[in-house]
Amino acid sequence: MKYYTEDHEWVDVSGGEATIGISEYAAGELGDITFIELPSEDEDYIVGDTLATVESVKTASDVYAPISGTVCAVNEELSEDPGIINSSPEEKGWICKLKDFDTSELDDMMSPDAYTKFLRKLEE
Amino acid sequence: MTQSDFLFRRSGKLPYIANTDADQRTMFETIGCSGFEEMWKAAQVDFPVPALENLSSGMSEHRMLDDFRSLAARNASVTAFLGGGFYDHLIPAAVDAVISRSEFYTSYTPYQPEASQGTLQAIYEYQSAICRLTGMQVSNASLYDGGSAVYEAALLGCRVTRRSRIVISEAVSPLYRRMLKTYAANQEMEVVEVPARGVESDLAALQAAVDARTAMVIVQYPNFFGQVEQWDAFTAEIRQKKILTAAVCYPLALAVLRTPGEMGFDIAVGEGQSLGIPLSFGGPYLGYMAVKSDLMRKIPGRIVGRTVDLEGKPGFVLTLQAREQHIRRESAMSNICSNENLCALTALVYLTMMGKQGLIDAAEQSAAKALFARNELSRLPGVEATAGGFFNEFVIKLPFAAGDAVKRMLPKGYAPGIPLGAYYPGRENELLVAVTEKRTREEIEGMVKALEEIL
Repeated sequence: MKYYTEDHEWVDVSGGEATIGISEYAAGELGDITFIELPSEDEDYIVGDTLATVESVKTASDVYAPISGTVCAVNEELSEDPGIINSSPEEKGWICKLKDFDTSELDDMMSPDAYTKFLRKLEE
Repeated sequence: MTQSDFLFRRSGKLPYIANTDADQRTMFETIGCSGFEEMWKAAQVDFPVPALENLSSGMSEHRMLDDFRSLAARNASVTAFLGGGFYDHLIPAAVDAVISRSEFYTSYTPYQPEASQGTLQAIYEYQSAICRLTGMQVSNASLYDGGSAVYEAALLGCRVTRRSRIVISEAVSPLYRRMLKTYAANQEMEVVEVPARGVESDLAALQAAVDARTAMVIVQYPNFFGQVEQWDAFTAEIRQKKILTAAVCYPLALAVLRTPGEMGFDIAVGEGQSLGIPLSFGGPYLGYMAVKSDLMRKIPGRIVGRTVDLEGKPGFVLTLQAREQHIRRESAMSNICSNENLCALTALVYLTMMGKQGLIDAAEQSAAKALFARNELSRLPGVEATAGGFFNEFVIKLPFAAGDAVKRMLPKGYAPGIPLGAYYPGRENELLVAVTEKRTREEIEGMVKALEEIL
């Protein structure tokens, strides 16, 4: 099940791992992504910490840790081809995976439907 | 007192400030002040309005020029053997002629590439030259001076490693170390200085000073005392600890020495004054910074890149701007959003005029003349000189305070060197002597004779 934050990050929880990325909306707003500064494995993050930084031609945007946890995997393919975030932001463009997280932190997040409604309100 | 008193309007001379008395009255009325003095008080400035009694009421242009000429004539002309990071090298006359062209002299910020291709290309070529000189892969468009470049290197080290301890050798310029400490004072940056051993850097002590909180080690090459040291083994050891290494390098020396890139440093910074920039009593000078390619996105300052436009034609732009303040604000690599454009251009023109062989010649002659000077000086009774291993700078030890020697030699027309006691307690009898290709045999022999006379 995917959860979304108001900062346009998504979290997909399965088998004790939480995969994190940015939403299609965020990828669209950023424009062509030229570089992503990825976190290092085994590093601990608290919710709200800067997990990664995504650079496009016109801006640099921080990706905040939506939950607290320890990085157990990093999508190294993004170093080679950051554009994957633009072509497949919610699937192949995953940024990293966290383990040892607190599932109660997911309670504050939005379901995919709630996120879609949230986006609609933003556009108004 | 009105502003008119400053304008010399009484004497009917041409005013350089456009506000008339009537304009001023309106302005004062608007802000509710009776005049300049009340406005000054309202601004709560600590000191009173300067009386400016010694200012004349105004003079003609011709008279003013005469006045300045006689002031300038009071400057003493001495033959200088001064170094310590800033050197009196020969500058081809054509350098000034090229950089004085108004297209170069007055143009500035190249944020609109469509209107700045000339400037951008020049900076790109400057960056390329710095990379070649230092053996690094990426250079920025320049920084303010050598000292602030050292600080930026330290900041870069902390940023990349996410640690905050900087280890710096005392064989790095004392001026740069003082600047680093000034910058670090209000930041989470700890600066640890490691004493030198005589004229040599203390590699063992530098290794020992490094710990798990260290972000970077900074050394100078050639070091402040002029010694050329080999750093390969040192940088390899430090790299294994995932700590960065930075070398503060004398650019002209790099024409004949192994580059910091070859020796395994991550970052090369320093003062570019020796590349065709006049001494000018302290500036403007030129800071340079060049790094290995993996640090490309972490380097501060402007970077010019080469690209193609919509029609596929080659051109230049400011690039990797996502590092900078106007995009990242407080998360930017640094607060610098400028460069020493004219000085960087000067360095480029100098390098172009000198050419590869010319640069080597200047460096070789500087070294050869320094060796000659050292040998002549060491023949004087009571004078000990650095044995060898230096580029164009060495230390002599006198039987009395070096500062006194300087005072007594200035009237004879020589500035023989920098007394080390000003920066290194306990070394008051030592003098740092620098020689460049510009010094003649007569000048060197004259300086030696002048020293002999006061021994």
